[in-house]
Amino acid sequence: MSLETTSASAKPKSTKEALFSPKNKRLLYDPLNDNNPITVQVLGICSALAVTVKMEPSIVMALAVIVVSAFSNVIISLIRNIIPTRIRIIVQLTIVAAMVILVDQFLKAFVFDVSKQLSVFVGLIITNCIIMGRLEAFAMANKPWPSFLDGIGNGIGYGVILVIVSMIRELLGSGELMGFRIIPESIYKMGYFNNSLIIMPPMALIIVGIIIWVQRSRNKKLIET
Amino acid sequence: MEHINIFIKAIFIENMIFAYFLGMCSYLAISKTVKSAIGLGLAVIFVLTVSVPACYLLEKYVLKAGALRWLSSDFEAIDLSFLSFIMFIATIASIVQLVEMIVEKYAPALYTSLGIFLPLIAVNCSILGGALFMQEREYATLGEATVFGLGSGVGWCLAIVALSAIREKLRYSNIPGPLRGLGITFILTGLMAIAFMSFMGISL
Repeated sequence: MSLETTSASAKPKSTKEALFSPKNKRLLYDPLNDNNPITVQVLGICSALAVTVKMEPSIVMALAVIVVSAFSNVIISLIRNIIPTRIRIIVQLTIVAAMVILVDQFLKAFVFDVSKQLSVFVGLIITNCIIMGRLEAFAMANKPWPSFLDGIGNGIGYGVILVIVSMIRELLGSGELMGFRIIPESIYKMGYFNNSLIIMPPMALIIVGIIIWVQRSRNKKLIET
Repeated sequence: MEHINIFIKAIFIENMIFAYFLGMCSYLAISKTVKSAIGLGLAVIFVLTVSVPACYLLEKYVLKAGALRWLSSDFEAIDLSFLSFIMFIATIASIVQLVEMIVEKYAPALYTSLGIFLPLIAVNCSILGGALFMQEREYATLGEATVFGLGSGVGWCLAIVALSAIREKLRYSNIPGPLRGLGITFILTGLMAIAFMSFMGISL
């Protein structure tokens, strides 16, 4: 009798995958390193470079991208079977744009200063290739829950690079982190200067280049020939 | 005169790639050979020149605060500018689709050489970026908006052709393994952007 109940309770498990099975966990962890959207897939670079002068806007931007990519992945995945393939790009763009408008209005209402700093880049989340790329490559062919995890994972992978770059730039460029002074006044008196070149946009590219260099020398299988 | 200023400014001083990093993804992905770079560059010029004025008209007669005045005075108080993202992207996506159909019909040779790039332009950030900058800077006439679109397209094309030429030469140089491919391309683009910074501060 007891054997029967266990086998009966085990049966639905085998047909329905556990929420955090190893396969689903991989969806979450893979984009952090082996399949990072910025350094490996080359997606979503435009916004990554422009908002990373200070840490605060880049954290807000990262959160916005995580929210948009997770939920647009879910929505597209739910309706993936009824989208006509010829016009799928317009359908995808419309859904992403609706999500971005929600996020934009939310930012304007609660963190107005940051939303002013981000200016057009919140709008440009629509054409952020991470979101479109994941919609095309993953959500169009997978169930809602894995798509949700994939969206969160890629959003976090994007956010990690954003935070690293902005940390380097804010620390070296203005001696602060999150607006708090890190490098003490006494060092400035000894003749230390903020590196104003690092605030310039081109340095963000070079920092990302160096991050790629470091990542690939630790992770040999990513090296291009 | 004003038009020439906007044109030159959009190409060199406010270059889409080197000043704002817009359209970076396809810029890095499709700059392996000069030939495909030129193809994509021309397509971007074309789409920008058509879609920026289209978005300008949309902005002026539908979206801006009080823009619906031409319908009737009842609509004077309506401000639809919060809808601009979704309207602009829909306009751009449909223009790209339209361009694709026209090119396919009348210039099949060009169509096959552009291949996958044409539909990809819909998600090229520089197009939506151009439309949003046009909205932010409030150009006075349709002519100015068109010239701005053309100029940013030419600037983008210039940047991708230059990078692809350098990358073709780079194949013969000895780069450290982990830096090969993507890494060195990033650093190269950074150096090119520093070079373009020398145009900054020129007032026209």
